[in-house]
This record gives sequence, C-alpha cells and structure tokens, in this order.
Amino acid sequence: MPWIRSFLLSNTYDPVEVTPLHADEIERAQADALAAIAAAGDLEDLKQARLAHAGDRSPIALANREIGALPPAARAEAGKRIGAARKAIGQALAARQAELEADRDARVLVEETVDVTLPWDRAPRGARHPLTTLQERVADAFVAMGYEVAEGPELEGEWFNFDALNIAPDHPARSDHDTFFVESTDSGKVLRTQTSPVQVRALLSRPLPVYVVSPGKTFRTDELDATHTPVFHQVEGLAVDKGLTMAHLKGTLDRFAEVMFGEGIRTRFRPNYFPFTEPSAEMDLLCFVCRGSSAVPGSPPCRTCKSEGWIEWGGCGMVNPRVLVSCGVDPAVYSGFAFGMGIERTLMFRHNAEDMRDMVEGDVRFTLPFGMEV
Amino acid sequence: MKVPLSWLREYVDLPAVTAQEVADKLTAAGLKLESITSHGYDIKNVVVGRVLAIEELTGFKKPIRHCRVEVGEAAPREIVCGAVNFAEGDVVPVALPGAVLPGGFEIASRKTYGRLSDGMICSEAELGIADSSPGILLLPQDTPIGADVVELLGLRDDVLELEITPDRGYALSIRGVAREAGIAFGVPFHDPGLAPVPETEGPSWPAAIGDLTACDRFVLRTVSGFDPAAESPLWMRVRLARAGMRPVSLAVDVTNYVMLELGQPLHAFDRSRLAGEIVVRRARSAETLETLDHVVRKLHEDDILITDDSGAISIAGTMGGLHTEISDASTDIVIEAAHFSATGIARQSRRHNLVSEASKRFERGVDRELPLVASWRAVQLLVELGGATADPGVTQVEGEAAPVTITIPSGHPARVAGLPYERETVVRRLEQVGCVVVDGAVESARGGQGVAATGVVSSGELADKLAVHGDDLITVTPPTWRPDLTDPNDLAEEVIRLEGYERLPSVLPAAPAGAGLTEGQRLRRRVGRALSGSGYVEILSYPFIGARDLDVLQLPEDDPRRRATRLVNPLSEDEPFMRTTLLPGLLKTLVRNVGRGTTDVALFEIGLVYRPEADAPATAPVLPVDRRPTGEELASIEVALPRQPLRVAAVLAGEFERSGWWGKGRQASWADAVEAARAIAREAGVELTVRADQHEPWHPGRCAELSVVDPATGERVLVGHAGELHPRVIEAYGLPPRTAAMEVELSRLKSPGPVQTPAVSTYPVATQDVALIVPAQTPVALVEEALREGAGELLESIRLFDVYTGEQAGEGNKSLAYSLRFRALDRTLTVEETTAARDAAVAVAATRTGAQLRS
Repeated sequence: MPWIRSFLLSNTYDPVEVTPLHADEIERAQADALAAIAAAGDLEDLKQARLAHAGDRSPIALANREIGALPPAARAEAGKRIGAARKAIGQALAARQAELEADRDARVLVEETVDVTLPWDRAPRGARHPLTTLQERVADAFVAMGYEVAEGPELEGEWFNFDALNIAPDHPARSDHDTFFVESTDSGKVLRTQTSPVQVRALLSRPLPVYVVSPGKTFRTDELDATHTPVFHQVEGLAVDKGLTMAHLKGTLDRFAEVMFGEGIRTRFRPNYFPFTEPSAEMDLLCFVCRGSSAVPGSPPCRTCKSEGWIEWGGCGMVNPRVLVSCGVDPAVYSGFAFGMGIERTLMFRHNAEDMRDMVEGDVRFTLPFGMEV
Repeated sequence: MKVPLSWLREYVDLPAVTAQEVADKLTAAGLKLESITSHGYDIKNVVVGRVLAIEELTGFKKPIRHCRVEVGEAAPREIVCGAVNFAEGDVVPVALPGAVLPGGFEIASRKTYGRLSDGMICSEAELGIADSSPGILLLPQDTPIGADVVELLGLRDDVLELEITPDRGYALSIRGVAREAGIAFGVPFHDPGLAPVPETEGPSWPAAIGDLTACDRFVLRTVSGFDPAAESPLWMRVRLARAGMRPVSLAVDVTNYVMLELGQPLHAFDRSRLAGEIVVRRARSAETLETLDHVVRKLHEDDILITDDSGAISIAGTMGGLHTEISDASTDIVIEAAHFSATGIARQSRRHNLVSEASKRFERGVDRELPLVASWRAVQLLVELGGATADPGVTQVEGEAAPVTITIPSGHPARVAGLPYERETVVRRLEQVGCVVVDGAVESARGGQGVAATGVVSSGELADKLAVHGDDLITVTPPTWRPDLTDPNDLAEEVIRLEGYERLPSVLPAAPAGAGLTEGQRLRRRVGRALSGSGYVEILSYPFIGARDLDVLQLPEDDPRRRATRLVNPLSEDEPFMRTTLLPGLLKTLVRNVGRGTTDVALFEIGLVYRPEADAPATAPVLPVDRRPTGEELASIEVALPRQPLRVAAVLAGEFERSGWWGKGRQASWADAVEAARAIAREAGVELTVRADQHEPWHPGRCAELSVVDPATGERVLVGHAGELHPRVIEAYGLPPRTAAMEVELSRLKSPGPVQTPAVSTYPVATQDVALIVPAQTPVALVEEALREGAGELLESIRLFDVYTGEQAGEGNKSLAYSLRFRALDRTLTVEETTAARDAAVAVAATRTGAQLRS
C-alpha cells in the first residue's frame, strides 16, 4: 500500500533534493512503463512489466519513496506529479491485463478443452433392495403419525403366531397358513406366517396406549413363482387405545394411502374374515394411476389395476377382544384396530414389477435402478 | 363355492339384475366374487330334431353315418355323423348351418365323406354341458321337434364363483348364498331349510350315538326298490357340473345335489351291506377301514367313525368305506345326515390328509337343524328320479345342545363402527341373519353342550372378560346355521357389514407422540445406506441352508454354526436348516450374478441368523389364551426359541474399481471386505479393532478378526470377520478367484453415545514424516498404535503413506512411511516441540515393535 508507506516515511526527510524527482525523470519513467506495458505479449510478459515498472523497486516507486526527503514546500508538487504517473501506469496495466486475459480465454482455454461426455464410472454403484426401502417408506408414513416400529423374532412360538391371535389349533384358518414347522413335530415353534405375532409382543411389552407398525419377513410353504414366494414381507400396524373405532381404522388407512400414493387416493373396505380381528375387512386402494376411471366401460384400460379401478392391498379390522384378553388388555376399557399388507405385492403394483422371482434372486440388474429409496 | 344363478333364483326373488350386480352385492356383504362364468350365451341355432333314417357309410377308418333328420322345417336335413349311440326315431339336438357352439365354433353346410352335411348332431360336450361325453345327447321322445335346445334345457346360465371365508360355513350352499342375496337386495328369501318334513313313526334303521362329543344329531332314512340303472337327469348333471362337482351316478349325484343346495353333507350306504345297528363312536386302537378310494386306513383313536356290527363303515364326514358303498347293483339305500363335531372332523381330515366337500363343510360348521330336512329332500329325489319307495320311519338320535346367547347393549355395533345405528336397524339386521333378538339380559346356559363348533364358545371367565356392558341390553340367539356368532363383536360385524362398510366414516385418530425410530433401527438403515453408497447391492436371500453349505464353508465339526435349527417341512430337503451365517445366500447369489454375465459384483445382506442354544428346551409351550400369561410362562417360550441376532454380511469379486479409458481398475480384495466392516463400525460410532485370525471360511493368511469394546462393560467383544475366502470355499461354490467376504453381527455394535465434538485448532499444522523399518510380519496396526501413544496429545492425525519391502529395508523387513501431523489448540508449535513429539512416537514404536528409524 503505497499511501501507508509514504505516511510512515513522512516524518523523516532528507533535506537534499534528489534527481529522480525531476519532472522529466518522472515523465521518462512513465513513458518507459507505458511502452513496456504495451509491448507485453502475454500475461507472463505483463507480470514482468508490472514488476519492473510498478513494483517496489520500479523507478516510480523509488521516486515516491524520496518525497519524504523533500523540503515540505516541494512535497506537494512532487507528490502530484508522481501520483499522476502512477495512475497512468496503473490504468495501462489494468487495460492490458484485460486485453491479454480475453486473449488467453479465447486461445488457451479452447486448447484445454476436453470431452466432458467421457464416462467416469470408476466407482462401483450400489443400491438397497426395494423391499427394504419400501418397508422403510411404509414405516416412516406411520412414524410420522406417531407410531413406533416394533420388531419380533422370525422363528416364533406357535402361541404367538396362532393361539394368542385366536387361531385355535383346529381352526380351518390355521391349516390355510401353510406353515413351516420347526423340528421336531410339536416343538411349538414355527417360522412366523404373518407379522401379527409382533402385535401380541407389543401388547405384552408396551404400556397402553400402543400405536406400532411392524415390518418384517414372513414365511409360508408356497412354491416360488411369478406371484408367490415362500419368504415374503409384510407390514402390520396395530393401535390399541380407549375408544378406537372402525372409523379410526378407515381414517388411518386413508391417510396412509394418501401419503404413499398422493392426494385423493383413499381406501375401500369389504367384509372379510381374520381370526384376530372382528369385524374384519379386506382393504382396496383406489387405483393411483387411473383413479378408478378405467373401471367405467369404454374407458382406456389401466395396467396397474387391471381396469378394476381398485387394487387389493391388504387386510384389516378391529382387534378381536379375545386377542386383547390373551394379552391382558381389558376389552371393556380398550379397543384397537390392526391392518397389514404385503410388501412384495405393493412393490408389484407401485413399480410395475411383474415377477416376484426378481425380488428373490438378487440379480443386481433388478435392484440397481431402485437406488437408495423407493 | 360355485353358484349357478338359476339355482340361486329358485330360493330368492331377485330382480332383473345382471350376474355382475348380484356379485357386487354379495362381495359387499363378504362373499367375495372370484369370477363369473357365463354358459350358453354363445350357443345359437341349435334345435331339437328326430332322426328319420340312418345310412351306414362304409370304406372309412371309423363308422360314419349319413342321417336324415327332421328339424321342424319343410324338409328334413341331411347330416353326416360319426357317433353311433342313437337309432332311427331318437330325439337329438341338431346344430343347423349358421349355428354357433361354445367357444365360437361355427357350423356350416359342407361336403364330407362324399356327402352333404347340413348341420351337426350334438353331444353334451359340444353343447358345453360336460367336459367330455361318449356320444350324442339323447332327448326324451316327447321333446317338441324344432324347439330351441338352449331354451328348452335351460343351458343359459351364469355361475358366480365366490370365495367363502372360513367363518361362513353356511355360505357353502345355495341356501346360504340365497339368504345373503335376499338381504342384499331386500327381497324375499324362501328358505329350503325350512321345507316341511312329513311326520313319520319309528326308526328306519337301528342307530345309536356312542360319543356325544363326536356327534350330537344322527339321522337315517331309507328307500327301497331304487333302480340302479336310473340316470341323473340332464338338469341335475348340468347343475352339478357347473357347481364344480362331477356327476357320478344318480344316488351319489342326489347326495351331492342336496349338499350343494342346503349345505348338509349326506352319505349313502347300500342297506344290503349293513350289519346290525349303526353306532357313531370314536375309533378303537388298531382299527382299520378300507375307504372308497381303495386305501386301507389305520384309524386314530380320536377318529369319529360310523360303525355297524362288522366294525367301521365310514370315517364320519370325511370319507365312506368301500364295503358299504353304493354300487351299480344297490337297490336299497340308507341316507345318513348328521351333525358332527367341527373340530373333530377338522382333525381327522388333516390326520388322514383327506379334504372332501363334506369335511370342508363340517369343519366350518353345519346347521344342526338340517339333517331331517336334507335327508327327506334326498329321499324325495331318489323316489322321483330313481323309482325308489320311501320306507316309513326315520331314525333320529341326538344329544342336547343348548343354544348360545349373547347379550349386548343395542349401541355396541355403533361403538365398534364409530357410526350411529338406530336401535331398530341393529335389531332388524340381526333378525335378517336369522338371530332371535329379545330385549333385556336373559340368563342362559352358554354353550358347553353339544359338539365343538368352529367358533369356540367362550365360557366362564373368558365370557365375562368378553362381555360388553351398558344400557339398553338386548339378548341375541344366533341361528343354528351360524355357529361362528359367539361374541359381541361377531354381532357388531353382522350389523356393520349389512349396513355397508362403505358407510364407515374416515376419522384419523390422534396417536400420542411417538419416539421415532430406535437407535438400532436407525443404525440398520445407516449401514444399508453406507454399504450401498460404497458400491454394494443389497439382496434378500432365503434364510435356508443345507448341510452341504456348512461343509463347503469348511466349518470344523465343533463349530457353533453347525448347530442349526431344522425344519419339519422344508422347501427342499437339500436346504432343511435355518441359516446360522448370512454367507451361503450371498455366495450363491454372487455366483448367479456372475453366471448371468455380471462379473464385477459386490453384494450385501442384512438379516437375522438363527442360533439355537445347545441347552435350550426342545419345546415352546402353548400357553392359555383366556388371560395374560405370566412372565414365567412367556419366558418359557423365549428360552426355547433360538437366538436371532441381526447380522450384516458382504461379498465381492471382480473389479471393485472399474478399468476404463482412464487406465486399469482395481480388483476386489480382502482389504475391501475389511473396509466394509470399518464403514459399518463408523456408522455405529464404534472403533473397530482389526487383528489377524484364522477362521473358516476365510483364507488363513487373509482373515481379519473384528472386535469392538463394549461401552457398558469395557470388555472387548468379537463382532465378526472379514477377508479373502479360502480357495477351497471359492472352488466349491464356483466363485471367482479371490472372492472376499465380511460378516458382522450388528446386534453387537453398541453405540457409545453421542459423538463428542472435537476441538478445531486454527494454528498452523506441523508435519513430520518418519520411515520405520520393522520385521515384515509385524502388524501395521501395532506400529500405528505405538506411534499414536508415543506422539501424545499434540498428534492431530497419522497416516501410513507407503509400505516398502526391498533391498533398502533389509532382508525380512519392511519399511513403513508415516506422515504425522501435529497441532496445538493454543499456540503455533515450534520445530523443537514437534521433533520431540515425533521422537517420542518413534521411541515407543521401537520399544513395542523393534521399529528402527530409517536413515
């Protein structure tokens, strides 16, 4: 900062007049500088010219330093003269700098051009399984409503999987479950056929009221084909509180349908039977693609709902008071609702996945497009 | 249940609605439509004809007839026919030119076998009545010639296939579906179950019930002089076929027809084969019966049997015996109609692996009041169609069965639904399903008598726990065909479903504020993201393994991973065990990917493994359900279950960093596997210690043992292993060379708590590089640990930037080049300070590992 320097030096001055402060010397130095700047052919030349003619050791800078040595009367005039020269040089430098930079941009940056369309797939790409991330998305929808995520073992006691859920040993529903039994026969252990035993565990272990959602793996002895897999995933929800009704169940599932599939998508109930709920209902989802329009005769067909307008999604109902009794909850005080849906099936209609075998086989080409979330 | 609409309309005055409209209403009432099949609509221009003359054509490979057939037109038609089961004068269906048969098959005049054929004489199969038929359908002589066959035979019909849930046994009948249709459309239902039965004196055949828990009503009727040659009429065969049952013979068809119509399974015995009194009892030890499928069955002592003096003659409600079966010579028939224990039939049907139309209905509950009516209906049909005579008398033996009554406040359905219903609506709906409703609480015996029904009737304490209290009580006695109605909520469901589920309002309840995901649940997600972010693809393999997997993994005999839970009924006998490690599923999936052409593969899986304890009890008890089990009882289940810890594992092969135009890539290696474990530990916020180990299935020289310090106990805990797989494992699974793997038990990674914020110094860094010579086998981790300790708290970071083995390091040595960065929080360090710290670091390394500063 030249002005700081001149200020600092102004206290001590040399009474002897020095040559570089002659007007013609200054003019010559300025002329040399402007010539050198004009002659600079590139930015490197200009840098040299800047050092030589505007640097600390340049004639003008040296002359400036001498101002302090002048008698006070002469300082003003000398300062004005030098200041004008420095300004002219500075302007010339800036102008030439701009010219040369423009020149460089036009020439050098073009030379450095690369093909930015070259691939750069050096690092491997990974992905999470869509069944995992879909379970998370479902769980998150309920966590946002205040639910907590409950878990339980996959190899489960029969009492938890059946008896406590009001599925008596000789009940026809029990044989419909195509259960994997754990050795030896009558071990009382099975691979859970549904995530419902987690309901029982939640009621036995948590203080009331209970609002939980439990995603997880379930097992039935089906053969693997395009629409069946012996190892599959469900998400089950349970709410037990004072005064819960089927209207609350409907409101909860309608909200869930909206969160998952967009505004205006709702559910429809049809009577059904599950031993652990009474009353029970089958839950259909308004088709989120055609919004039911494809069911009207003459409308364009809909692939997602097979032109039915509704998609079968899961089962639900009011927790059977017998289940509450098995868990030590007084049905006179508390009521509850429960619901469940298949994750594989949800993936199928939400993402047009047509073959369940793809979800099982672990081919990376199936999984990669799903990325980190679905 | 397949329901021909014409049959349904016999008992309910349905308005003029389509099959789809009927199906929609039934679906809304809980009888879900599976499919609608229309019959006969596609048949056109088939008329009744009489065969006037037959000329047998010769010279062909099969018999061919040229017929002249009167079809009610000006002149007879000439028709070529390949069937031979008709004679001149017979009345037959004739498809005229221009006719269309099922499947869009068009009939035209054509030249065939050298003659003009001006139509076709049809068989049952060609008319879509039967799947196959041996010859032409012969019609009665008095059938009007020229009449439309479809109209005449009533072939035009729609069949609704309905899915009947296990609680609605009554709907496995035309009667039950008609009742629901009547309610749904608000039209009269004429209950065939209430058809009058004539009074008659005395038993028809001696019978007794030996065990009232097996059977609480047993009815026999007999007919004589049945014509065994009599055939089932076409209408009956058509209905049976469309309802999904194969026509067999008149006697059998009649029992099936009545079962489909009313829901009461019947059994017919050849009276001449019976020996003395029929007794319903449980089987005795070592008793056997040859059933009508010619299998000699060993009977179980719980089996419910129909017996006579000769022993067992039928497994009740499941399958009849061969000896007393109706044959083509039977003229005297005993019809059995009974009310068996639902659970009893369910058990023996499963025990003998015999599921029949009868057992399906009995397990779901049959109307106890049907046996007299249904047996009489069967007798009437045998008389009418088979020329039999009804014998006087009827055998009826029975035990007591008190009806179930349920008392609820009339507002209970509304409280369950969250929708107000008028009291009158509640009563009307319950009466529509057949309940008797009276005001007030009426004390009565609850169940306990009669045979065990499907819906287990609550008694005593459980009944009290399920009772709903309140004002305006009503007492409801469900009808005999609804054994599923036992609890207050069963009644609520009837009212709510008949009023319509679509009327339920949608109200979002206010759940209490939740705590969000647990730390473990968050960790699991983070680990998934971290691994996929670094290039691994998640799989979800089946958790089944075989003994071969354990061998291929080279596990020693005493390896705890060999202690696996076995399934009784595995998917495949090759993989009967539950996995004790995630690796087999991952390795097989890796091989599958390579086989499909993806040679650079990195996979991971997060899932449970199943680790039974050696001393765990073999059996998890089945606890009572009428109360909360005690903590001790619950623990008795837990202790019998295997431990099921959550694990994460990864495998990788091929290039982990791809080759490309930028140059060579990098092969996946043991180091990537260890790094994957480190990434997991970072997500868990724990420090992973890596040490060399020898552990199957890893390469003994390239296996890392992974451990952490438990923040609670301060003890070091093994959490897994990582490295390159053993070459023998690679060979046995057919894996690419140098396949690497990692497995960590996530359940063991306990977070030490929130991250502590580091102090960030803004003073300049001072860097010191050191090169140390150590013996080649010295683990780098030890050297680094020593340097860190020796450098003290001025050390900001340490990084190994080169490992050199060669001449200058000396034989058997390696040179490790470290960059140490020093910084203080409160000052710029002097050269003397950093040099002193470096020297201290080297000194500790020298003491611990014999490291020498390389000059």
